[in-house]
Amino acid sequence: MDRRNFIKAAGAVAAAATGPAYLPTAAAQSGPIRIGLLAPLTGVVASGGKEMVEGFNLYWKQHGQTIAGREIQVTVEDDASNPNTALEKARRLVEQGNVHMLIGDLLANTGLAVAEYVKGNGVPYFIPIIAADDLTQRKRIPNVVRIAGYAASQMPRPLADWLYKKKGIRKVVTVSQDYTFGHEQCGGFVQTFSELGGKVVGQYWHPLNTQDFSPYLAQIQAANPDIVYAMETGADGTRFIQQWANFGMKGKMPLCGSMNLTDQSIIRNLGSESEGILSAAHFCEGNDAPATKKFVADYEKAYGKLPSLYGFSMYSGAMWLAKAIDGVKGNVEDRSAFLGAVRKVVLDDSPLGRPVRLDEYGEPVYDVFIREVKKRPDGKYWNVPLEVYPNVSQFWHYNPEEYMKQPPYSRTFQGIKG
Amino acid sequence: MSRSTRIWVALVAFAVLAGVPLALPGYPTTLATEMLIFATLAMSIDILAGFAGRTPLCHGAIFGVSTYVMLYYVTVANGSPWLGAALGVAAAMLTAMLFALLAVRTSGVYFLLVTLALGMVVWGVCLRWTSVTGGENGIRGTVRPAWLGNARVLYYFILAATSAMTAAMWRFVRSPFGLTLAGIRESETRMRALGYDVALHLFLAFAVSGFFAGLAGVLYALFNSFVSPSTVGLAQSVEALLMAIVGGVGTLFGGLVGAAIIISLENLVSAYTERWMMALGLLFIFTMIFAPSGVLGRVREALARNGKPRT
Repeated sequence: MDRRNFIKAAGAVAAAATGPAYLPTAAAQSGPIRIGLLAPLTGVVASGGKEMVEGFNLYWKQHGQTIAGREIQVTVEDDASNPNTALEKARRLVEQGNVHMLIGDLLANTGLAVAEYVKGNGVPYFIPIIAADDLTQRKRIPNVVRIAGYAASQMPRPLADWLYKKKGIRKVVTVSQDYTFGHEQCGGFVQTFSELGGKVVGQYWHPLNTQDFSPYLAQIQAANPDIVYAMETGADGTRFIQQWANFGMKGKMPLCGSMNLTDQSIIRNLGSESEGILSAAHFCEGNDAPATKKFVADYEKAYGKLPSLYGFSMYSGAMWLAKAIDGVKGNVEDRSAFLGAVRKVVLDDSPLGRPVRLDEYGEPVYDVFIREVKKRPDGKYWNVPLEVYPNVSQFWHYNPEEYMKQPPYSRTFQGIKG
Repeated sequence: MSRSTRIWVALVAFAVLAGVPLALPGYPTTLATEMLIFATLAMSIDILAGFAGRTPLCHGAIFGVSTYVMLYYVTVANGSPWLGAALGVAAAMLTAMLFALLAVRTSGVYFLLVTLALGMVVWGVCLRWTSVTGGENGIRGTVRPAWLGNARVLYYFILAATSAMTAAMWRFVRSPFGLTLAGIRESETRMRALGYDVALHLFLAFAVSGFFAGLAGVLYALFNSFVSPSTVGLAQSVEALLMAIVGGVGTLFGGLVGAAIIISLENLVSAYTERWMMALGLLFIFTMIFAPSGVLGRVREALARNGKPRT
């Protein structure tokens, strides 16, 4: 055999060896329900990814890993915070693992890549963490449902409303990471705020992984707003809050932000710097509703830390799936019936202590809390509720059809009025 | 081995590859498809790294430019896939030629660094030019014509395309032009003394390499229906280069072996541990220690030692 042919043969053998167990789809309604969980266990958002897995598994463990008489089998795959890897792993879970459904991913680009893939094959895909607006708005896909998740622009709106009406805030500045998630959250905030009559005196966008915020902090001081809205995820959030305090801005100028700015994943590593920051979210770990207290205590017991949004969302996502699986008596093989059941779920025992349901676009409608970071008696910091806005949908007070005619939020379109 | 046996064995090998979707439908076929695409990319890198002696770190960018252009043209501008493919390859070649103009006068580690920097520029543009490239989120959409919708048909299409490209690249590196490249690799000064325009030769080699990388990018667009900055990123360039190195630099078909090894390993190991990157790292280290000339280079050496005829 000469070189060329050896290679071809070797290639074929190697390719053959990679898929030892391709099984045809199992007979309906027997055997375990296979769920493919995609989470970034390596890469830039790996810490969030680990909490996703923790939250998701906690629910199944509490329920004996069985729903409607069928065992729940969760296969975790690492999406490496990279959309190409996410796509590869999704293909593998579906084509080789024969999963009945996919759930997860953290970064919007990984979720969007997987959504495009399932669009072609109809596999149900659930996105409790992916907040990209258009997945439940202009570019929605029937088999992609945001159970237990939120749309980026949904949560900042009540905050803007509350600040304007209750706190007499008239002038804001936003500072945000320069990518879609930031554009959408800031867009939701400034559109609502400016439509009430407030003024947006500056919007600063910085690249992901900014080490030094001093240029932005100096500009913010010069603009002299009534409040600053900061949209920061991950290590940028930690650095922003620290530098805000180090610059002596804490206490002089009020600071509010997106829910991820004061998420446990960030503030559990900080001290008093985070105290007093305002935000709006459906989940509030310091809420004293019995369901929330029980969930927080269970989570602390299992993992030794307060639950972050990632852990909470995946836990409620699991709860949501369990209800839907129960609804179809375990027959997840019938995809359209199962997706129908998912859409009909009213989650009344969620850790939020308030019922949650989906709107007709596959996006949950929440009671949204205005939260403030406060110190717990044991010295840990957490978010406590100040006020609640009931039934906040992704469309706020707008007519959905009208709303979707405006372009999606971007750096250039923020929906600012006047 | 006589010419006729070689052709005969090539046909058998082709038949084996052609049998993959029949014997192993489903996920292995998808993996084999991906393997063929990356094998083409790795072979295009080998034209420069193995034959011209210039190791580039920008082929992910060239490859990705073609994927971007094709996806943009078909899904955003609603153009035809075939014209999109042509535009994609043209864009990749233009990118390669531009890179070549800036890089061909350097060699060794400087060439590596210049091409790395140029590749990063493309990555930066794809990340920040949000209105066209979609920024972080990339561009999504099916660009496959309806008749390519089936995974098996797609595999055969890509197998046919890859085989044709492999044959073309093989012909290219064995041509008198390819031999002058090998001459440049061995001694640039001597080639210059003999009257060859070294820079021009390298420029053309870069352009040809970019052409094949661009074709691979088009196939990737058909296969993946999605492109994002990570496709043009440094990690992609490095991975493709490693495929060429593991397979054997300067053997051309090493690209196929390397792509097969790395892609199957990635998928096998990641099923068992999240530390699959570590396994890959170990593979590279062991390759460097035990088979510095790559798997195929090693096989070739072994065959030569046993006095078997080489082809």
